[in-house]
Amino acid sequence: MIEPRPLTRWLILGVVGLVFLVPIVAMGEFTLRRGLEGGYDFSRWIAVFSGGLTGEYKGVLTALGNSVVLAVVTVAVMLVILVPTMILVQLRFSYLRRAMEFLCLLPITIPAIVLVVGLAPVYSVVAKMFGSGVWTLSFAYGIIVLPFAYRAIQANLQAIDVVTLSEAARSLGAGWATVLVRVLLPNLRRGILSASFISVAVVLGEYTIAALLNRVNLQTALVIVSKSDPFVAVIFALLALVFAFLLLLAIGRVGAPRRKRSLTGASS
Amino acid sequence: MADTLVSVVAPLEGVEPAAVRARRPESSRRAAFTVPSFLGLVPFAAYILLFLGLPTAIALFTGFLDGSGSFSLTNIEALADPVVLNTFGNSIGLSALTAVIGSVVGAACCYALIGTNPTGLLRSVVDSASGVLAQFGGVMLAFAFVATIGIQGMVTVYLRDSLGIDIFADGVWLYELPGLVLPYIYFQVPLMIITFLPALEGLKPQWAEANASLGGSRATYWWRIGIPVLTPSFLGCLLLLFANAFSSFATAAALTSQGSQIVPLQIRAALTSETVLGRENLAGALALGMIVVMVIVMTLYSLLMKRSAKWQR
Repeated sequence: MIEPRPLTRWLILGVVGLVFLVPIVAMGEFTLRRGLEGGYDFSRWIAVFSGGLTGEYKGVLTALGNSVVLAVVTVAVMLVILVPTMILVQLRFSYLRRAMEFLCLLPITIPAIVLVVGLAPVYSVVAKMFGSGVWTLSFAYGIIVLPFAYRAIQANLQAIDVVTLSEAARSLGAGWATVLVRVLLPNLRRGILSASFISVAVVLGEYTIAALLNRVNLQTALVIVSKSDPFVAVIFALLALVFAFLLLLAIGRVGAPRRKRSLTGASS
Repeated sequence: MADTLVSVVAPLEGVEPAAVRARRPESSRRAAFTVPSFLGLVPFAAYILLFLGLPTAIALFTGFLDGSGSFSLTNIEALADPVVLNTFGNSIGLSALTAVIGSVVGAACCYALIGTNPTGLLRSVVDSASGVLAQFGGVMLAFAFVATIGIQGMVTVYLRDSLGIDIFADGVWLYELPGLVLPYIYFQVPLMIITFLPALEGLKPQWAEANASLGGSRATYWWRIGIPVLTPSFLGCLLLLFANAFSSFATAAALTSQGSQIVPLQIRAALTSETVLGRENLAGALALGMIVVMVIVMTLYSLLMKRSAKWQR
């Protein structure tokens, strides 16, 4: 009754899917073009990969390295600051749950471009304390991934009974460290994993804050390269899009087997 | 496992499991007073204060300062300047247009996905592709559209050489305001799919059964049940799309070559050159203007979401 007829379904998905595929295909076609004489070959792709770490695209690779460092530190910030707080709120401060949710979803309302206006003075202090290393941007990135990470972890937190689990462990003589590391974290594995993946994807795609605080990351480097060599910029952009797609596909797969098992469990 | 444990403990104490559950908040509150566990909240609170609260406060209050650092309303008055008003108009127009198109096309896709296996291959691919385009694209979407409808883009060249249509006959519009419409739709539709699909999954099969048993048709179902139930969610998602386009910066920054046609680009100009309308601290005033729009939109959004939650009990 609710389901669309197969023809309607595939017509809608087919048309939208094809239209959305055009720019991606165009990126591919663009990178394979062979200069003025026309025709296609892989020479640009070969040039990018044969140069290696010392080739003329060293800048982009360094920037990619910066972005990876940022992604790792941001995930670490999230794991160290957000996860324990969420567990603590769930266990001891249930009356703070709504406030916590409000705070974590707040960055959706505050555009990155607005945040950057206020971050500039904050970062002049941060640079004095921690130096001007690129990793310090992770403090700001921790804020912009907050809504995504919060949602992923909260969904997992609601699915398990944290209070009962921790009281059970406590009544069997476990200390709080044991409860956290051996009881709660294993149960929250899926939420933490998908929060980490989505954070990595968001950090690798971030441009606004890095550009306006004059830091170099993958996206700012791509914009600079695109001015002199648009083909190389498109090659890296295409690779980054495919990588992010696979990363998110992996998140979906992390969640899938568990759901399937519980479905069959319920029917048997 | 947890439930069996409660039932093991309960008989020993001579209380019903329900009573054990009811007493729990009391016991945990008592524990909260003996151990200063609120200290555990300090790192998060400090972090939020330093990197979210402080920057937002600075962004909002610098708008009220003049060049020498004393309080003044001149920058706020600049928000009424025709140039600034025009930019806000552009931003709101662009966001509204792409939000409407994005939400209609996205809702159609969500409709087409009803009844597909949520863990199947199709849904996994749609979910991941939507996530990438909605949250990750930014700069790279600008490149994609340069390769598609740029001056030497695939579609431009095809239309020109094969069909004799020159899409840039009236000048190259890709690097100006109209050029942002297609890339924005390209990330709005996926965002609609991500945010609206859960609402469609909240449609209960019982409603369709009730409709069928009362002799209703497919059209009656959608007209009398589906659309009224989904309208608040749809409008909420529409607002979220508006907010998303309004605050988006990367695509426009990578695409537009000159000028500051939308507010985020004007903030960049104010931050980097300080020559916008010959005023300092204008970035703060513009940020304040953006926040006002965002707060209105997100407040309406949360009201609509509360309304739509009524049906998801």
